[in-house]
Amino acid sequence: MALGATTLGDTRSGAARFEANTATRDPPWVKAAILAGALGFFVLFLLLPLIAVFVESLRRGWQVYLAALVEPDALSAIWLTLLIAGIAVPLNLVFGVAAAWAITKFDFPGKQLLITFIDLPFSVSPVIAGLVFVLVFGAQGWFGPWLIANDIKIIFAVPGMVLATIFVTFPFVARELIPLMQTQGRDEEEAALVLGASGWQMFKKVTLPNIKWALLYGVILCNARAMGEFGAVSVVSGHIRGQTNTMPLHVEILYNEYQFTAAFAVASLLALLALVTLVVKTYVEWRSAQVATVATEGEAP
Amino acid sequence: MLMAHVRAHRVLPGFGLSLGFTLAYLSLIVLIPLSAVFLRTSALSFEAFWQAVSSPRVVASYRLSFGASLLAAAINTVFGFLLAWSLVRYRFPGKRIVDALIDLPFALPTAVAGISLTALYAQNGWLGQFLEPLGIKIAFTPVGVLIALIFIGLPFVVRTVQPVLEDLDTEIEEAAACLGAGRLQTVRRVVLPTLLPALLTGFALAFARAVGEYGSVIFIAGNLPMVSEITPLIIITKLEQYDYTGATAVAAVMLVVSFLLLLVINGLQGWTDRRSARVR
Repeated sequence: MALGATTLGDTRSGAARFEANTATRDPPWVKAAILAGALGFFVLFLLLPLIAVFVESLRRGWQVYLAALVEPDALSAIWLTLLIAGIAVPLNLVFGVAAAWAITKFDFPGKQLLITFIDLPFSVSPVIAGLVFVLVFGAQGWFGPWLIANDIKIIFAVPGMVLATIFVTFPFVARELIPLMQTQGRDEEEAALVLGASGWQMFKKVTLPNIKWALLYGVILCNARAMGEFGAVSVVSGHIRGQTNTMPLHVEILYNEYQFTAAFAVASLLALLALVTLVVKTYVEWRSAQVATVATEGEAP
Repeated sequence: MLMAHVRAHRVLPGFGLSLGFTLAYLSLIVLIPLSAVFLRTSALSFEAFWQAVSSPRVVASYRLSFGASLLAAAINTVFGFLLAWSLVRYRFPGKRIVDALIDLPFALPTAVAGISLTALYAQNGWLGQFLEPLGIKIAFTPVGVLIALIFIGLPFVVRTVQPVLEDLDTEIEEAAACLGAGRLQTVRRVVLPTLLPALLTGFALAFARAVGEYGSVIFIAGNLPMVSEITPLIIITKLEQYDYTGATAVAAVMLVVSFLLLLVINGLQGWTDRRSARVR
């Protein structure tokens, strides 16, 4: 408890440190002007859109709101969204840990190139992320004729949507783990092995506790993006109601049919997910800041 | 020499397994599918390729996508800097909430942002109803595209500038003040040059994200050909018309731009790290 108070005090003194120092203090009118500009922009571009989602979804009352969520097409969209995230996130979690392990614990040529390749999906337009799977598995794609001959559907079906989601959420976990594990080095794992731990014991008792917060954060971000992805999934989905519609695609369909309240009701669930993600993120950052404080205090004589 | 170095660190287990899995997964999910775009494009004759990527409607979409993205990134650089400055330097009520919500565009699905911004800026919307009598139309015009791109790009600038600003030693500002510089002079001649690499990195990240953005834009843009149609939408439209070669050719152009931007961003990030390391 006392520790928490120290951390809070430290963060406050961050800004106070600048405000107390004549060399770094801005005149009051400058502070007022900058704050007005910054916060005005914040309210206009971030806060208002967030509030609008919830107000618009409840415009016609709770009954209409709930009805829009329990309607069969909405339920099937929610189920499909959970299913796709349930496949994509664990796969990218395993990949993220494996990639971070290889990159941070060993030296090999081409490492920097590998890191750049892992980041690649972030710089590709979601629309292109969907397109590439159409080019590989679509009717006119590389494997198209073979898939049709064997009656396997990937594009305009769930497998294609899973693939597109894996592509766009590919870097999230690896990206959170790599910088952290790089600073942690390999001494602790090597010590565990020298003391007789097996590879799995070493990973479970040494590595995992060290990376758990970053891992959780990466998974949370990966999940938010997986459930909210629109462009990539839209290209490969085929938009079959009740079958290949995820929540974001369902929002689009309702919106284009002028069912605005229903569209915002489904959108509000996704906005809630975004808020939960931000709360977890803030908590994880606070936790790791605390761990860092404890670590530096422990090192100080 | 190199091999000896590699072997020396293979005390830990799992090198072959983890690297093998990483390379296989990366190739299957990212590299091979992406290569399909270029292999398909290279099968086209140059005339066919050029026709697909330089038709007037496509060129108009480049102008809108790149123009609006540049302008949005520039606006975000200015206001992102002000927000980062406020979060690091000032105390004000609600600061923690503002800090947490900066990442909203990362977490909020783009389709949700799209319909919400449209609800705000449509003719009868929350803000649109006050702008309409003034003759200002935002939704269903290129300005609407700009608004959506500002929304999705903002966190990139704030989150790039904020840590650098936090690590900035107050000593250089104190030195400048001692040497007789005014506050404005100090910020302009001492603080801003130190932040320049971070500001440029944030600008480039916001720009790169905006160029490929689809979900938040299509609701508010109105998608009029030649006027408010972005390049990613052109790809989708061509796909829906079964014009796979056309879609692939335009995608190849966008991918090349993305790769160039990635190189620029990597360079800028290296510059940011070196610059902040030196100042510290």
